[in-house]
Amino acid sequence: MNAVANYNFAYLDEQTKRMIRRAILKAVAIPGYQVPFSSREMPMPYGWGTGGVQVTASIIGPDDVLKVIDQGADDTTNAVSIRAFFAKVAQVKTTTHTAEATIIQTRHRIPERKLEAGQILVYQVPIPEPLRFLEPRETETRKMHALEEYGLMHVKLYEDIARHGRIATTYAYPVKVEGRYVMDPSPTPKFDNPKMHRSEALQLFGAGREHRIYAVPPHTEVVSLDFEDHPFTVQHFAEPCALCGAEQVYLDEVILDDRGGHMYVCSDTDHCEERRDAGYVGVMGEAAE
Amino acid sequence: MYVAVKGGEAAIANAHRLLADRRRGDRAVPALRLDQIVEQLGLAVDRCMGEGSLYDRELAALAILQARGDLIEAIFLVRAYRTTLPRFGYSEPIDTGAMKIERRISATFKDLPGGQMLGPTFDYTHRLLDPSIVGEDAEVPVVREAEGEQAPRVTDLLGRQGLIEPDGELAEGEEVGDLTREPLDFPLDRDLRLQALARGDEGFLLALGYSTQRGYGRTHPFVGEIRIGEVEVEFDIAELGFAVSLGRVRVTECQMVNQFKGSATIPPQFTRGYGLVFGQAERKAMAMSLVDRALRAKEFGEDIVAPAQDEEFVISHSDNVQATGFVEHLKLPHYVDFQAELDLIRRMRAELEGVE
Repeated sequence: MNAVANYNFAYLDEQTKRMIRRAILKAVAIPGYQVPFSSREMPMPYGWGTGGVQVTASIIGPDDVLKVIDQGADDTTNAVSIRAFFAKVAQVKTTTHTAEATIIQTRHRIPERKLEAGQILVYQVPIPEPLRFLEPRETETRKMHALEEYGLMHVKLYEDIARHGRIATTYAYPVKVEGRYVMDPSPTPKFDNPKMHRSEALQLFGAGREHRIYAVPPHTEVVSLDFEDHPFTVQHFAEPCALCGAEQVYLDEVILDDRGGHMYVCSDTDHCEERRDAGYVGVMGEAAE
Repeated sequence: MYVAVKGGEAAIANAHRLLADRRRGDRAVPALRLDQIVEQLGLAVDRCMGEGSLYDRELAALAILQARGDLIEAIFLVRAYRTTLPRFGYSEPIDTGAMKIERRISATFKDLPGGQMLGPTFDYTHRLLDPSIVGEDAEVPVVREAEGEQAPRVTDLLGRQGLIEPDGELAEGEEVGDLTREPLDFPLDRDLRLQALARGDEGFLLALGYSTQRGYGRTHPFVGEIRIGEVEVEFDIAELGFAVSLGRVRVTECQMVNQFKGSATIPPQFTRGYGLVFGQAERKAMAMSLVDRALRAKEFGEDIVAPAQDEEFVISHSDNVQATGFVEHLKLPHYVDFQAELDLIRRMRAELEGVE
């Protein structure tokens, strides 16, 4: 029982890694298609990134540099925990700088800095099936994908417009990949959807509890679903980041007091820090020394 | 002024230190040893082994200690360890007919070959709290070592007369599936369903089994037999050309005898619901056999009208490690998605106010 602590490089055994890599290759070959894989129990709970962790564990090598973000930030507790996990079981170099990373595991955001060729973005996915909340049965949704039967999704978006005057989906906004599969981009805000389109980086999606892997290879067409008279738009914030003054980025609202005081700050902490280091200052920020 | 949400690392380390402190509790109280848990909390250990899908009493005890007695957390620890173990192969099917029995009861026959043996059961105890069991000096009855009786299975007795359907057989060339190695692909065959049920959450299966008794997918069950005891596990080694014994495991088996079915060509026969669980886990084995039978509705051409008959619903939600992870993940930050919803709701409200 004392020998329990012997784990393979990056936790998973090599057989399991090969199985996951085969699933990844298939996913890359059929962009947007959900490939079933035999998900393993991981030492963190389901729903906390086990899919992303398994994908990362299968592709990571000793020379990789890993960045982990949650809500765009490197220092949220779960990102810290996953980064520490790989630092421990794979002894890889970790970073918070988007540009330095070869693998970026993310929950809910795509970094603001444009990703480059050679980088891999690994998404943690809770519910990989974009049709799940319209049809709970896997046996049915599989058929719908096979027949390219996506009418239900358009009806849902149309009903949004009828009821709210607009498409009321703000995150996990469905996309069509390479003109074929409708795909769930994971619960990233729709603000990030355009970043997926023809990205130079490889995008891998892992859903551990649901046993699915899917992928968007570099330069693949990713189009958010919409209507001619209700074109897809992204969120715009009225104020810039209070710390670095950035505009056209996704912001978190921080409540300052109980009298309605608030500020907006970059959700992407690395992006914000780099801007501040470069001398940009927001209304509440302090100039870099 | 704004304090960045830094320091996740230090916060985690501190939380873990506090957890270790709470786990140990009052230092004046002696620390629990694993053998105490193994010996005196044996049914918790059994549940942990069953739903953790790993037969190792000491590891299960360690998991229970580490989880501060939270059994789902302990099951999770065992699973996360189990998944890293190399897979050498698959054992031969165990023969529960050759079980060394400690408990064996049938509700369908008053007496039968091998007899009824109550064994170490809570049944017929009066549930009165008993302070006299506490402490080192508590009087414990001397018990003779069980010899491990053997008895034929009730379903075999019924089967000899053709009164119950035979045990299902795999189709020619088919291999038993393994849900820990292959992703589930609905609809499932019974082998995979039984695997999922065997590691499924006891509480969930109990509620589903109960629901079939209350009319949501009724199956008219009788407990043909429950037996608890040790069986031999054999492993076929290709190089040797014969099976060698790896040891013995304690299991609980429940064979439910259910309402009969017949057709133009087959005379009416009782049908089966099956439950098999590591350790002594009678409630779980019974619930499992009820749910197994309910899930066979399609096979018997029964209408699928109740939750317990719905394979995707039952199997997709029976695993407590998956369920607890996903329910509890809601406490992870969701700032950016919530921000997106806030933005939308403010816009919609602003528009409405603009109209008025």
